[in-house]
Amino acid sequence: MSRKLLLEHINVPGINTFDVYRQNGGYRSVEKALKTLSPDDIVEEVKKSGLRGRGGAGFPTGMKWSFLAKPEGVPRYLVCNADESEPGTFKDRYLMTYIPHLLIEGMIVSSFALGVNTCYIYVRGEMMPQICILEKAIVEAKNAGFLGKNILGTGYDLEMYVQPGGGAYICGEETGLLESLEGKRGTPRIKPPFPAVSGLYNCPTVVNNVETIAAVVPIINDGADEYMKIGIGRSTGTKLISAGGNLNKPGVYEIELGVPVEEFIYSDEYCGGIANGKRLKAVVAGGSSVPILPANLILKTVNGESRLMSYESLADGGFVSGTMLGSGGFIAFDEDQCIVRNTWNFARFYHHESCGQCSPCREGTGWMEKVLHRLEYGHGKLSDMDLLVDVSKKIEGNTICPLGDAAAWPVASAIRHFRDEFEWHVNDPKSAMERNYGLAHYADPLEIEVKG
Amino acid sequence: MLSITETEVVSFSQELISRCNEVVARYPEGKQKSALLPILHFVQAEFGWVSAPAMDRVAEFLDIAPIEVYEVATFYTMFFLQPRGKYVLEVCRTGPCCLVGAEKIMRYIEQKLEVKEGEVTADGMFSWRGVECLAACGMAPVLQIGPEYTFYENLDERRVDELISNLKSKQ
Ligand SMILES: Cc1cc2nc3c(=O)[nH]c(=O)nc-3n(C[C@H](O)[C@H](O)[C@H](O)COP(=O)(O)O)c2cc1C
Repeated sequence: MSRKLLLEHINVPGINTFDVYRQNGGYRSVEKALKTLSPDDIVEEVKKSGLRGRGGAGFPTGMKWSFLAKPEGVPRYLVCNADESEPGTFKDRYLMTYIPHLLIEGMIVSSFALGVNTCYIYVRGEMMPQICILEKAIVEAKNAGFLGKNILGTGYDLEMYVQPGGGAYICGEETGLLESLEGKRGTPRIKPPFPAVSGLYNCPTVVNNVETIAAVVPIINDGADEYMKIGIGRSTGTKLISAGGNLNKPGVYEIELGVPVEEFIYSDEYCGGIANGKRLKAVVAGGSSVPILPANLILKTVNGESRLMSYESLADGGFVSGTMLGSGGFIAFDEDQCIVRNTWNFARFYHHESCGQCSPCREGTGWMEKVLHRLEYGHGKLSDMDLLVDVSKKIEGNTICPLGDAAAWPVASAIRHFRDEFEWHVNDPKSAMERNYGLAHYADPLEIEVKG
Repeated sequence: MLSITETEVVSFSQELISRCNEVVARYPEGKQKSALLPILHFVQAEFGWVSAPAMDRVAEFLDIAPIEVYEVATFYTMFFLQPRGKYVLEVCRTGPCCLVGAEKIMRYIEQKLEVKEGEVTADGMFSWRGVECLAACGMAPVLQIGPEYTFYENLDERRVDELISNLKSKQ
């Protein structure tokens, strides 16, 4: 059994209320932090824990915190990124729905560590029910003296507000989010300056994902040493995985980083195998933006090692044969799924969500969608695959924010690993309109290259 | 599209104004523009959509130029710039939902309501549209209905039937 740090009490009836949450050890980290630790102690502890951002990029949280500028007389902000819009990802919704006080507790400790007196939780606008849940929880916490003026008599003041988005994936990008929080279109900013120096209202700002903030609670409660005991290598602690697609038991799982992918998919503790007795064809392991891998490459690396659910193991092989842990949005495709259709669907998503600021992304995402659409509907050309790779390369790295990369990678990787399925759509469009390519060789054992 | 020919003036109720004031108080002085998205949500919940005169009223309230409201309302997908059905069924159309039948659900809704995506039924009750990932892939296929954004999960044809007949009888 994986140890649970975030979801340990998720099944306790009433855990969404302050009283039950508190009875189960909730808000201990606030007492410990405010009464016995200095802000710098907390930053050090988080640094030591090895916690990496859970929003997708995996940047070390303690390091990000230590970059926060602290000019005299200028307010600093903590903004929680609860925009959760990356296809395949639904863990933050789960956490906010069922255990909202964990996020609020983490926000208080993190705000104290950063010297912040006003913090915001930016929640995607579609999550109105979660916004209400959080607002209610904030009132409860405030009534109990954990928010507001002079928290627990320590002299520390903190106000916390929930901000709704308006429906735009780009507002998950941290500077797009800050623009949106300032009441503007969510167009990402040119960096530098980074938010740590000039963020919300041009003040020093830290933006962290919901799960990252929540993970600060067990780190402060039990110490970085305990946290680091869980996980593998530089992937410390636990991770929430949103498991969806053709699985027997889709849902949110808290795993110890380092669980083998095969165990995660097939064991009864987690996803319980592929639905309807079918076979696995492909996996997108970290949200729609990361490279898709065929079944054989997601289960094993090209060196024949069993692939693990960790930042390093999923990335093993780089973009040639690996992928990324990303936000932990794990999407399983069964043997009857069409990779061309899914790639078109994702391309449509990125085209729809491109903010339009940078021409490579604005034009390139639309171009890729169009070409993939004609491939899917039987009008493709054999040269289209090279064209798509070419367009994706011209987007990648040439935009203000990484949405361009996020749009390019799924297309480039689908063609890299499933080229014959694309070619089949061109060579035999009639069949491709009637049936799917099937599993083909995508789950065949890998031929292991012998090094030397 | 934005309709700019309307001349009707929209007035906000005292209750709406006091809720707007509450939101403005969350931000530092002079940063009241941050309240724009929350207020547009209030306006849509109250009037069913966001009209140009309503946006002008928001601009006046926040002491910003009307264009600053228009550019925001047109950027975000949640704001309806034209009247819609009383209930808008928003079905997630992104990859993970499609792996488990979202496209079939959309075709079924289209057939059942007898309107195309984005149109309104003759009785003014329903619209539907596909939307991008709603972050509920584990409960797919899903749809949401504003202004509360209630979620309907693990959809099949029977659930869609139930949902539509419940909404009809709620009237
Ligand atoms: C297009 C795009 C969308 C993103 N969406 C999200 C999101 O929904 N939630 C999130 O936490 N981070 C998202 N990110 C990552 C954020 O920019 C940022 O790295 C993150 O919020 C930092 O928090 P962390 O270090 O705790 O992960 C997105 C990035 C990009 C480029």
